Amino acid sequence: MSVVASSVAARRWDWSEGGRYAALVAILAVATIGCMAASLLAGYAPLDVPAAFADLVAGRDTLAALVLLELRLPRALLGALVGFSLGITGAAMQGLLRNPLAEPGVVGISGAAALGAVVVFYSGLAGLVALALPLGGIAGAALATVVLYGLVGRGAGTMTLVLAGVAINSFAGALTSLALNLSPNPYAATEIIFWLMGSLADRSLAHVWLTLPLMGLGWALLILSGPALDGLTLGEDTARSLGFNLERLRLQLISGAALAVGSAVAVSGAIGFVGLVVPHLLRPLVGHRPGRLLLVSGFGGAVLTLAADAAVRLLPIRPELKLGVVTAIVGAPFLFWLIYRLRRLA
Amino acid sequence: MRIDARDIHVRFGDAQVLRGVALAVGPGEMVGLIGANGAGKSTLLRVLAGVQAPGEGAVLYDGRPSRAIGERELARRVAFLAQDGEALWPLSVAAVVALGRLPYRRPFAGLSAADRAAVGRAMGAAEVKPFRERVVGTLSGGERMRVLLARALAVEGDILLADEPIAALDPLHQLQVMALLRATARRGAGVVVVLHDLTLAARFCGRLVLLSGGRVLADGPAEAVLADANVAEAYGVTLARGERAGETYLLPWEPVAVGCHGHAHIREER
Repeated sequence: MSVVASSVAARRWDWSEGGRYAALVAILAVATIGCMAASLLAGYAPLDVPAAFADLVAGRDTLAALVLLELRLPRALLGALVGFSLGITGAAMQGLLRNPLAEPGVVGISGAAALGAVVVFYSGLAGLVALALPLGGIAGAALATVVLYGLVGRGAGTMTLVLAGVAINSFAGALTSLALNLSPNPYAATEIIFWLMGSLADRSLAHVWLTLPLMGLGWALLILSGPALDGLTLGEDTARSLGFNLERLRLQLISGAALAVGSAVAVSGAIGFVGLVVPHLLRPLVGHRPGRLLLVSGFGGAVLTLAADAAVRLLPIRPELKLGVVTAIVGAPFLFWLIYRLRRLA
Repeated sequence: MRIDARDIHVRFGDAQVLRGVALAVGPGEMVGLIGANGAGKSTLLRVLAGVQAPGEGAVLYDGRPSRAIGERELARRVAFLAQDGEALWPLSVAAVVALGRLPYRRPFAGLSAADRAAVGRAMGAAEVKPFRERVVGTLSGGERMRVLLARALAVEGDILLADEPIAALDPLHQLQVMALLRATARRGAGVVVVLHDLTLAARFCGRLVLLSGGRVLADGPAEAVLADANVAEAYGVTLARGERAGETYLLPWEPVAVGCHGHAHIREER
């Protein structure tokens, strides 16, 4: 009798947990779509979005259709893609390092991607080739990945990866400063600085098509690492004894982070705090399980990024605030609150 | 499953931790791995678990190297309770124990009925069911250790390797965990447990392996392995012995004096 009762209780417990997770994913997915719709609606010129869509579908070359296709749609899509990449990578890095303060750029990818874009700016290629900026960013991320691969191939542990990340970020930062230092005119320097602040303004669908496959591949690599991140909860020895190859896991996560965040930075510049804050907000809702945090953090990151990008346009502040500035202004106080809460728990 | 470590050498930097250790454990055996701090017990256990690759030598599982078996299959058959397996995230007890089923799970699939049954059995055996919904970080040290043991039991492997599972436990739970490990062995699993309590090692383990300086100093039944000369050499102490209901109990008594030829002599009274 009691055996039956306990097995029923166990099933209900498990169902409710699995069901709650599915519901959370669904809610966040719907919220992402809602925020994308809101992003389409938010803009400087009044736009009848349904009418513009109708024009677009019917193939009518109206101004409204053009605004939707060339301005609003890329911005909404990139907001979702970049936010998803930052959220999921932040969750993965926190799981890998078993540290709640890890963020997507911790292994140096984002600093290197930013440097790649700056080099393109500095060389003047940005004005000559349409997608030179994001391509430069991707090249920078790829270079950093080669360095990290080399280290992991030589048996480096997770701590070495973090130190390498610090070194790559510092070096990339120094070279970025050097480019500013030597910039031929103040206008060029200003352009670089503004780009580094992070923004989704004035991107085209070409940016979407360039980064979507890379990001999608990166997301897949990160999501597939979920069970191994769960196994890592009890430390590296236990994870190994559960059949997870940690060297392979590190390579998989570096590749995933490079594809997702490297593309995100290449296309949008540096957008901070999303990848740090979102996993924190959502972790209690998935029972603190690192594997389950990945997907929900992706959607959470998309929601936060889209909301911030809509706020940037709706706030009556001109010139338009840079997205990275807004996420940092909102994110940093949150970090203080987090530190306060961690102290109280300890 | 039979686990067979042959001529294992492990070196960390300049430190030679294991120097040619051989150890074979068969089904149903309950082996106590004992020795002073730094003797190489934990390293040997990690090598047996396949977590640490030996510098030289090989570990064979039913005659096959780990590479021939595959990581996942090995993970299902060899359960390892690490010494520092501390949960960082505030997971529930049930979620931690369920981690032991990871080698059985398909990606994106939840716990199967078989997984849930195994988790239930492990939680029952380690007596952690009463606090299955609590967060691991809020438990006492002893409760936490039992949760981690339940996690290892949930693997339901042919071999259970436990690194100091009773170090943080009170006397009652020490006895209970040792009885649980012995019961696991009697059900057919090979159990290797690292211990510092020589009395419990002698009482519960049919076979003891005494490591000293990275070598096996003695291997066999407790009476033989815990002879005064072996204990003096491995630990540098003398033992006080007594008997209760036909079983021996042993207490570390005092350090031995080291003689002029480097041999340990048991110091006289006073």
